[in-house]
Amino acid sequence: MSNKVIVSPAPHLHDKTTISMVMWNVVLALTPALLFATYFWGFKAFMLTMIGALSAVITEAAIQKFRKVPIAVADGSAFLTGMLLSFNIHANSPWWLPVAGSVFAIAVGKQVFGGLGNNPVNPALLGRAFLLASWPTLMTGGWIPAKSGFISGINPSLEQFAPKAYALITSATPLGVAKALRDSSFVNSLCAAPEESITTAINIFHSLGSFDTLKALFWGNVGGCIGEVSAFALLLGAAYLLYRNIIEWRIPLFYMGTVFVLSFFFGGIKGAQYSLLLPFFHIFSGGLMLGAFFMATDYTTSPLTKNGRIIFAIGCGLLTIVIRLVGGYPEGVSYSILFMNVMTPLIDRLTMPKSFGEVKK
Amino acid sequence: MKFKTFPGGVHPHDFKHYSKSAPIEKMPLPARVVIPLSQHIGSPSAPIVKVGDEVLAGQIIAEASGFVSIPQHATISGKVSKIEAFAHPIGTKQMAIEIIGDGADKWVDLIDDENYLDLNVEEMKERISNAGICGMGGAGFPTHVKLSPPKDKPIDTVILNGVECEPFLTSDYRLMLERAEDILKGLRIIMKICAAKKGIIGIEANKPDAIALMEKLTANQSDLEVVGLMMQYPQGAEKQLIYAATRRKVPAKGGLPSAVGVVVQNVGTAVATYEAVRYKKPLVERIIALTGSVVKTPKNLLARVGTPYSDLVEYCDGTTSEIGKIISGGPMMGFAIPDLEAPMTKGSSGLVLMNTVEAKTFAEHTCLRCARCVDVCPMNLVPSMIAASVKAGNIDLANKAGLGDCMKCGSCAYVCPSQIRLVQWIDTGKLKWAEMQRAKK
Repeated sequence: MSNKVIVSPAPHLHDKTTISMVMWNVVLALTPALLFATYFWGFKAFMLTMIGALSAVITEAAIQKFRKVPIAVADGSAFLTGMLLSFNIHANSPWWLPVAGSVFAIAVGKQVFGGLGNNPVNPALLGRAFLLASWPTLMTGGWIPAKSGFISGINPSLEQFAPKAYALITSATPLGVAKALRDSSFVNSLCAAPEESITTAINIFHSLGSFDTLKALFWGNVGGCIGEVSAFALLLGAAYLLYRNIIEWRIPLFYMGTVFVLSFFFGGIKGAQYSLLLPFFHIFSGGLMLGAFFMATDYTTSPLTKNGRIIFAIGCGLLTIVIRLVGGYPEGVSYSILFMNVMTPLIDRLTMPKSFGEVKK
Repeated sequence: MKFKTFPGGVHPHDFKHYSKSAPIEKMPLPARVVIPLSQHIGSPSAPIVKVGDEVLAGQIIAEASGFVSIPQHATISGKVSKIEAFAHPIGTKQMAIEIIGDGADKWVDLIDDENYLDLNVEEMKERISNAGICGMGGAGFPTHVKLSPPKDKPIDTVILNGVECEPFLTSDYRLMLERAEDILKGLRIIMKICAAKKGIIGIEANKPDAIALMEKLTANQSDLEVVGLMMQYPQGAEKQLIYAATRRKVPAKGGLPSAVGVVVQNVGTAVATYEAVRYKKPLVERIIALTGSVVKTPKNLLARVGTPYSDLVEYCDGTTSEIGKIISGGPMMGFAIPDLEAPMTKGSSGLVLMNTVEAKTFAEHTCLRCARCVDVCPMNLVPSMIAASVKAGNIDLANKAGLGDCMKCGSCAYVCPSQIRLVQWIDTGKLKWAEMQRAKK
């Protein structure tokens, strides 16, 4: 008998899934969105994403070397963080923007806390928050339209619009338009006559919730961040992750479900027709798809318990809608997830499950 | 047939192909046997022979040392040569009686009680207790204790466990194919003892021929039912099997199946029970699967309890390549042991030999909090939090996350992408908790 016989605790079989498999599979799932972005906005979208991902990898490797821990960038987690960070900027951004975001995300968002598995909030979202606070104009303006579409998804040639209204629908993102229409002083200044202003606002609002805009949002023919491009491409990736059991259904379902229900009841504006398409507008626009499937489901920063995940997701949905409808920003996905990230330890403690067979007290 | 199951669990590849088509083969008498005094849950048996005594096969050599204990019998005829600590299949050294065989296989007198079903219940239990039977699925709880549930908890259902959800193992499967009638006779005895109205045989879907055979044999017995179960580990765990077959939940925090009117017995235990009640035959032999990628000729052997593992492996024509890991029991809950010195016991359902590639272990990585362990835990616990709390020395939090209810099935560690040895951490936590309880007293 050789002395090479291994004695180790049970179980002696192991599932094939490893950390790097999980991470690279998420990268793979994001690839359709990246390809769509490249198709709609050109090669620059691809380059920016790669710059962000590679700066994240280099930052992680450098810090791991400095910390004298094994360099583990091959696990794909830094690449994924950089990729997600870059998905939060638009294709017209300067090349150094994703670099700054990725360095911050990895250094301050992740490695400061001890690296993979120890970060309290999603590093990519923290990186985005850093960029938004540091270079707000770069992050919230300068959108470029997708290949053949319009930034807001509304075709300005369909109707005659007053100059200010025209400027709105050709320069703001769909959510930006929706936000502006909730600002009464802005609405009143759309046209010369107040009556006309309100009618115009309602018309624009109707166009937002129209089937044409939804189609543009679904395929990605609008302006926005690289990763927000196409609901279709993101759904494709999400379906793959669900199929491979890499993400779990509770968070995306309850997150988007909450947004759907709340936007159905509270998403309208005064005078506008009630439309069943409006909740779909809220689901398909902005970063919700990206956030619900790829960011809120981040393992480290979402609750362990099944009920906890539901509470977490409903919280994300609630905050997203609150920010979108009454907050200062047109989009609230990233802040709502960041906020729920820090609630995660508390949620876990409060939702400790009953053991199988345990009687409810 | 509509297959049933329980919530949670994992789906490891079943690896039963090595030994599933090998019919039960009678292992020749071993030259020596080592009978551990502790082959069961409860207090170890007390030896009543001394070195040099001549013994017959089936003779009592160690008595039960309490109600939750069983007697041990000589499994071959010969001479007691040593009573000392020997290698035990769980990996430790434990007190055992060694018998050097005389090759004659001289037996104590057995009877043949054809009207065994007319015996009164006390007599039946007496015979089971005297035969030294404990659960043969692995845990090894004394069978006569299990068949004496509290008086205020009437039993209406007996479930025979033919699930064999552990990968590799095929001993129960072969038993069901080759001794189905004896299993059903054992079931009748157990039902009579428990005054149960219903008997269920639970079998997993990867054994369709066993399901078909049992269905055929029970076709005109309306109080017996064959329940097909989806392939899902740990379907054979008592609480999970009860839930899958009857939708009843055994209470957590130490609840017993009797609380929901159920008694579960392994199919092997049923055969041993039948032989004990009808023939007064003690439990001296059982089926053990010798399997795994490096066993030259995988077999299902009917072998005497106490036969050294090395003899069994030799009888299977040895190994084809270097052994990477020796697993006493199944790969999910079995014990990895350093060599083949240990003997098989009453609970030995299998011996799995893995090659060096399969045996490879990985370094633990930090927990990602991916919650795969939470999603698969059949007891609805939070394994990663238990492990993290134990590491941090916070046993109270570990208890909140379910430390006390863990049955160590290993599903969590099986799926963990960070290769964290969750079961080991939980085990450590259980020991620490026990220490804290002792310190309080």
